[in-house]
Amino acid sequence: MKKEKNTIKRREFLRKLAEGASAAGLLWLLPEGIAYGVFVSEHAGENAEHYYGMGIYVDRCIGCGKCVNACKNENNVPREPFFFRTWVERYVIFEDGEVKVDSPAGGAEGFPPLDSEKTNKPVIKSFFVPKLCNHCDNPPCVQVCPVGATFKSPEGVVLVDADYCIGCRYCIQACPYGARYLNPQTKTADKCTFCYHRLARGFLPACVEICPTRARVFADLKKRSNPLQRLMRLAEVHTLKPDLNTEPKVYYANLDGEVR
Amino acid sequence: MPDQVKRLSVIFILVISALVIVRYLLIPPTFGKLGHYRARALEDAKALPVKYAGREACLECHDDVGDALGKSYHRGLSCEVCHGPGAKHVKSEGDVELVVPGKRKDCLRCHQFLSSRPTGFPQVDPLQHNPVKPCITCHDPHEPGPPRAPADCSGCHTTIAKIKGVSRHVSLKCETCHTTKAQHKLDPRKFRASIPAEREFCGKCHAKKAKGSSDIPQVDIRLHGGRYLCWECHNPHNPQGE
Repeated sequence: MKKEKNTIKRREFLRKLAEGASAAGLLWLLPEGIAYGVFVSEHAGENAEHYYGMGIYVDRCIGCGKCVNACKNENNVPREPFFFRTWVERYVIFEDGEVKVDSPAGGAEGFPPLDSEKTNKPVIKSFFVPKLCNHCDNPPCVQVCPVGATFKSPEGVVLVDADYCIGCRYCIQACPYGARYLNPQTKTADKCTFCYHRLARGFLPACVEICPTRARVFADLKKRSNPLQRLMRLAEVHTLKPDLNTEPKVYYANLDGEVR
Repeated sequence: MPDQVKRLSVIFILVISALVIVRYLLIPPTFGKLGHYRARALEDAKALPVKYAGREACLECHDDVGDALGKSYHRGLSCEVCHGPGAKHVKSEGDVELVVPGKRKDCLRCHQFLSSRPTGFPQVDPLQHNPVKPCITCHDPHEPGPPRAPADCSGCHTTIAKIKGVSRHVSLKCETCHTTKAQHKLDPRKFRASIPAEREFCGKCHAKKAKGSSDIPQVDIRLHGGRYLCWECHNPHNPQGE
């Protein structure tokens, strides 16, 4: 009886060796973090000097759309009526429970009178809701970016690195708030930055600066006294889609439950 | 050392150094410094130009306008709400001129009546409120108080006036239920209008034996509605609504 040798052929050995080496090399080729299956999640600005958040008094918004315009001016957002970093929605709740939401040109040119004023369908209430990137503490858009082009800055602001973005649109799909768009000029994802360049110089974001009724307030959450304190103390505060655990940092005061 | 090992190690060294070079070329230098991103992107984002200069910059030269504005109803407004982005104007020390809005539509952008706007925000129906005339003939945008006290409540409380106008309470004057001091029209927040607080107030017309036309629905004011107060079910401005 022949004894079967437990051997491996030399060619096979070399092939396996090369495979293993190149796999290890590829793994190491990736930047830190991904190679170890760890997605970076620093804790809420522990080491940062500032940590930013925005508050919105829904019952103060008059739907003038000046914020939408200011944002477009400040950040060179394309003028076409479907690219927005911030926009305003009008909610109309009818007596029969129907809810209508409209946002003609994102509210950039203001709002026309309600159609229902002509049709006389009874309305229970109607109001405006400004929307923008929620700068989630746990941002789904950052998780899906394959190249690390979108990230949470140490100040808690979710930014896009336009030089590094490959325009794959994953983040646009991942955002549950529809706050991102693909800039047709740069072909990269674009979104609200809380006017990061203004913050760096000590200014408020353009939409906050321009809001005539101070429906938008902006705060450095690291400061003990800030306008968000008052909002949280005096009003019922909600965030959008809290069930998704995105932990938004845009806080809405007196928000109706119909708003998604 | 056997020959094979020597040849193999040459290949290995070549492959590894190629990987080092590729990695060096592909990954930006600041990548991973602060997290899984290019730290330099933060500086890039900070370097973008500012277009809105902010109210403080305006007041450095236009302090006279600022003083007037500070005491007016428009005190919370930034100058650039109406005059547009002003950083270039500030930088060029006034050579680049700003927008001076003066058309009706400029004011109506905020003050046209829309039922979605919050109650109490001053709004006008452009078809009824001095049509065609530019707003600035009567109102100074830097001190936008009404040129004279509004003749009736609907001047400010448009939403309520519109609802009440098509309701059974159309013939009631606002003063029937709300007492206001004369100053309310000039300083509404300081001199607030009164609001009825008891069932008996509605009972003056709607109680069983109250005087008035037989059209007025009358109920036992003590028992009707249980523990709810009248206005918790009936909207006094639109009482026949559900």
